[in-house]
Amino acid sequence: MRRNGPLALIFHTIFVIVMVAPILVVCLVAFTPEGFLSLPTNGFSLRWFRTIAQYPEFIHAFWVSLGLGALSSFVALLFAVPAALAIARYRFRGRDALAALFLSPLMIPHVVLGIAFLRFFTSAGLGGSLAALIIAHVIIVFPFALRLTLAAATGMDRTVEMAAVSLGAGGWTLFRRVTLPLILPGVISGWALAFIQSFDDLTMTVFLAAPGTETLPVRMFLYIQDNIDPLVTSVSACVIAVTMTALILLDRFYGLDRVLAGKGDAGR
Amino acid sequence: MSMAAEERSARAPWALTAPALMLFVGVLLIPLAMTVMLSFHDWGQYKGIEPVFILKNWREIATDPYYAEMFWRTFRIAIMTTLLTALLGAPEAYILNRMSGRWKSFFLLVILGPLLISVVARTLGWALLFGGNNGLVNKLLMSLGVIRFPIPFMFTETGMIVALAHVMMPFMVLSVWAALQRLDPQIENAAMSLGAGPVTIIRRIIVPQIMPGVLSGAIIVFSLSASAFATPAIIGGRRLKVAATLAYDEFLNTLNWPLGAAVATLLLVALVLIVVGSNALIERRYAEVFR
Repeated sequence: MRRNGPLALIFHTIFVIVMVAPILVVCLVAFTPEGFLSLPTNGFSLRWFRTIAQYPEFIHAFWVSLGLGALSSFVALLFAVPAALAIARYRFRGRDALAALFLSPLMIPHVVLGIAFLRFFTSAGLGGSLAALIIAHVIIVFPFALRLTLAAATGMDRTVEMAAVSLGAGGWTLFRRVTLPLILPGVISGWALAFIQSFDDLTMTVFLAAPGTETLPVRMFLYIQDNIDPLVTSVSACVIAVTMTALILLDRFYGLDRVLAGKGDAGR
Repeated sequence: MSMAAEERSARAPWALTAPALMLFVGVLLIPLAMTVMLSFHDWGQYKGIEPVFILKNWREIATDPYYAEMFWRTFRIAIMTTLLTALLGAPEAYILNRMSGRWKSFFLLVILGPLLISVVARTLGWALLFGGNNGLVNKLLMSLGVIRFPIPFMFTETGMIVALAHVMMPFMVLSVWAALQRLDPQIENAAMSLGAGPVTIIRRIIVPQIMPGVLSGAIIVFSLSASAFATPAIIGGRRLKVAATLAYDEFLNTLNWPLGAAVATLLLVALVLIVVGSNALIERRYAEVFR
């Protein structure tokens, strides 16, 4: 294969700088010792990271996001794993339609989902509740949980299952001792990707969150509406650090390109 | 297979998908249907929402030029964002694909990683870089001699397009990169050995082969940009509204839910039509590539 020429490498360098610049700037500004937005020119300071401690609403929002992400991704898997096994193994009428339905939250604008859920949960008497948030997040992270479980279940060697059956394993034992361990890497990666999606969602959650159930992105968004100061950059830097750690772990564990490669071709 | 086993395997997929299906009908299809219904309801400042069937909201959207301008702005921004990501993302994916193993996976991580980093944090980064008339971007462009006067980025469509292109870029790179995976690198060598120059190779060999990737990336970027909320809200502020931020304001500030629901329904229908339409077009045009 031919090598990249100097022009290509210059293009690549500028491209990477532009991609990284806004993230880098947020992280740099977070370390400013000044009381206003500036790149840390007079030395680094952790002042604004310490200030986060004085804003309990950010801390509370962080725990809401964490719990919501963990729980909704887990619940999504409870529904997605059986569905993925069915879609991976059986050829049945309505299979394609079901798969398209289950992946549809990727296609529907999140602002539309937010409005639909707000309308639905308000008339169901669940407006602003944590339960409503969890159910809504289960729907939006479902495609990610399904996609990765599906990939694992499709690539699974089924002779091991047949061997277990021939040795007398029943349905539940078979699933618990053979099938689940074999698809576990896909299931865990599906959980992780679903968690990140839930943790990051702003557009849908902003419609459902009430004071007390605000997630971190919602809290940050509402804060930015009124003022942009170093505090919100230090909170962002923490979010970026958490996500980067999750990404690197996901990459080591499963391969980021495999996780992301299925993303663009929903329903096909 | 015995009769009983055959019957069981016919029922099995439905038993396995039933919980998820019930969840999706109950908590996705019904709420969406309720939203469409809501767009036909009446609303007044003091009386609130009235469950009647009228076309008031739809008539307002169809006749008031404010909404035409807002929808046109939404799609104009989405088109420009799509063009920008295609023009920059496709070459980058190609360059990326020609790198050696370790560098390739490193830069893939650097470029795709932002996909999963909070959109609020990434847009905040652009707000910092734009920062009024003397932001870093303007200072850099002026010192490089690219521009002579600062470009206003905050609260403008230009700023929204730049920030949105950054947010959407990973989708385009990923899509083109996936198309490149299916490409046989020997074809390029064959063309070279037959005497084709670099320009001919790019124009006749590479571009036609990555076009399906660019187009499917374009559909994703377009539909996500047209329905984007966070970036337009932060960069555009309250002055420059797009469909998603308008629906948000109608729902949470004005509290005119029926009108907001009509805006959202129109956005959804328009996007579905555009996406399904262009998908069909692309698949017909590139039927031989997809096979």
